[in-house]
Amino acid sequence: MVNTLTSASSPVADELIANAAYIGTPGKGILAADESTGTIGKRLSSINVENVEENRRALRELLFCTPGALQYISGVILFEETLYQKTASGKPFVEVLKEGGALPGIKVDLGTIELAGTNGETTTQGHDDLGKRCMKYYDAGARFAKWRAVLKIGPNEPSQLSIDANANGLARYAIICQENGLVPIVEPEILSDGSHDIAKCADITERVLAACYKALNDQHVLLEGTLLKPNMVTPGADSAKVTPEVIAEHTVRALQRTVPPAVPAVVFLSGGQSEEEATCNLNAMNKLNGKKPWSLTFSFGRALQQSTLKAWAGKTENIEKARAAFLARCKANSEATLGTYKGDAAGGAGVSESLHVKDYKY
Amino acid sequence: MSAYVGQYHDELIANAAYIGTPGKGILAADESTGTIGKRLASINVENVEENRRALRELLFCTPGALQYLSGVILFEETLYQKTADGKPFVDVLKEGGVLPGIKVDSGTVELAGTNGETTTQGHDDLGKRCKKYYEAGARFAKWRAVLKIGPNEPSQLSIDANASGLARYAIICQENGLVPIVEPEILVDGPHDIKKCADVSERVLAACYKALNDHHVLLEGSLLKPNMVTPGSESAKVTPEVVAEYTVRTLQRTVPAAVPAIVFLSGGQSEEEATLNLNAMNKLEGKKPWSLSFSFGRALQQSTLKAWQGKTENVEKARAALLTRCKANSEATLGVYEGDAAGGEGVSESLHVKDYKY
Repeated sequence: MVNTLTSASSPVADELIANAAYIGTPGKGILAADESTGTIGKRLSSINVENVEENRRALRELLFCTPGALQYISGVILFEETLYQKTASGKPFVEVLKEGGALPGIKVDLGTIELAGTNGETTTQGHDDLGKRCMKYYDAGARFAKWRAVLKIGPNEPSQLSIDANANGLARYAIICQENGLVPIVEPEILSDGSHDIAKCADITERVLAACYKALNDQHVLLEGTLLKPNMVTPGADSAKVTPEVIAEHTVRALQRTVPPAVPAVVFLSGGQSEEEATCNLNAMNKLNGKKPWSLTFSFGRALQQSTLKAWAGKTENIEKARAAFLARCKANSEATLGTYKGDAAGGAGVSESLHVKDYKY
Repeated sequence: MSAYVGQYHDELIANAAYIGTPGKGILAADESTGTIGKRLASINVENVEENRRALRELLFCTPGALQYLSGVILFEETLYQKTADGKPFVDVLKEGGVLPGIKVDSGTVELAGTNGETTTQGHDDLGKRCKKYYEAGARFAKWRAVLKIGPNEPSQLSIDANASGLARYAIICQENGLVPIVEPEILVDGPHDIKKCADVSERVLAACYKALNDHHVLLEGSLLKPNMVTPGSESAKVTPEVVAEYTVRTLQRTVPAAVPAIVFLSGGQSEEEATLNLNAMNKLEGKKPWSLSFSFGRALQQSTLKAWQGKTENVEKARAALLTRCKANSEATLGVYEGDAAGGEGVSESLHVKDYKY
């Protein structure tokens, strides 16, 4: 037990700690651009673009090469295909990111599968040969990884089995990443689907996060070299909305009760929130007084790309307009991490559009 | 429901926060009748109620001492005792701005199939007892779980039994208006190094906070009383700065920010060691979202006892010794202790007793 990452400093531990801390730099956050081929296909079809490799490559080039955007981005999560892609002029994306001061990250899970005997609850797969894959990704330039566990709220959900299986799955993934130099983002997403109130979401979130940190401790994960990607604490999608201040209060309290101070940063997922909602909620959290020994930032997919996609519509002549939309959201979220967002990016097309898809799979 | 929200919710939070006031800490004066007997015997004083009462009056009525204390843990007998003039001790404490606390566990019992490991008893009718103590003026409680480090210790059974025992005690306290001090003491006995102590402390604390979450304990209305992270008693000593670094890192890895204060036990450390270690922790840079203070028994009373010797003519001298240690520890909670109380008699004497039971 005394030869773990947690008991003695080592170059591996030091690098994990430095990279995790960097990702949590105030003013920066993560662009989640790791949509699997199937999922990105749905996005592309919504703007009538064919789901072929060149279009997937072009979309990512549009995002990563937006002038001035990368200063607001500490990391970009990539799907495996994208890790090996290049710009039209032949420059590897990982180099574009590194030169822009953004760490490349990699989605390493292989999606969810149902847990027998439950009411549609799932666990996440992808552990087999995960170490070998991580080593390969590290060689290709990745420095952090992401694994999405999914839970839901219902009359009997999440079940103890779902909580335990997902927490243990996340912890096993996390230690394997660290053994191979990748900072693991731990993502226990509790879907917002349902008619429950915010207090219910808070209860469940606290139970799930407590189980995650117990599992991480059991598996000897170095918390200083990890990140947490949780849902914000909100009312269910079918329930009445509340203000950003109420979301901030419930969310921060849930984190205070469960996330050890050793964790350097909490990078929220946006779930089905609109771009503007997600930004305002993050902003409210950073304005809140109280104990917050981890930085609070973003790891947004849909909430950073929605208006960009709409503006692009797959047409080269729209790239500049699309990039302007993307830059606006990056800047807005950067300000939100500092609690200084004034709502001036609210005017863009689609920014207030809910991105909620029931029982979201990607 | 994730955390207790009953009638005492706000009061628990306020009292727990008060106990963690910077510059203040806890005097652990809850020695059971048997244990205080050993202390009295060491200064040739008979273990009768009047002497036990007189000792506590000596402590609680030391002029100027209570300003450095936010709480005093009492044994049941003491909760109902008075000064020689007939003033209840709980009133003395309250008037001095000190919350009375009460030890509510009934000691340890061995876990079958282990190598001398124990769990702590005292859950039966605990709610009724807490209610009674609240009515008598107590506002916080304490329950000591004990673990040890060995080749195969602590076992998973010992960790799980003690963590769930602590959590069950904690929620019962909160239901009855008492802030629970959660004390998972890992004994210092052994030849292990500081890294081993850190590993074990992290495992034990993680188990405790999982159990507290399982039992819906309101963390904002609780306190933690852990051991500092140190080398084993048979191992080479390290500096206060090293103790501070390992201890604070262990806490950062396991104790949620919602916990308002951490009140260290002194274990077998001498008075001066305990103060210096606490001071070093409060000087350390880094994330510390809970205040770091003291809940000392032996490390606040040792030189006082020696000075008293059970003799009325020594009361003033004994009180001076207590005041010195209270002030020193108060400064340590602020990271400003200069070591000027080191000159007292007995302050550097190790208070380690192997396999300590009290």
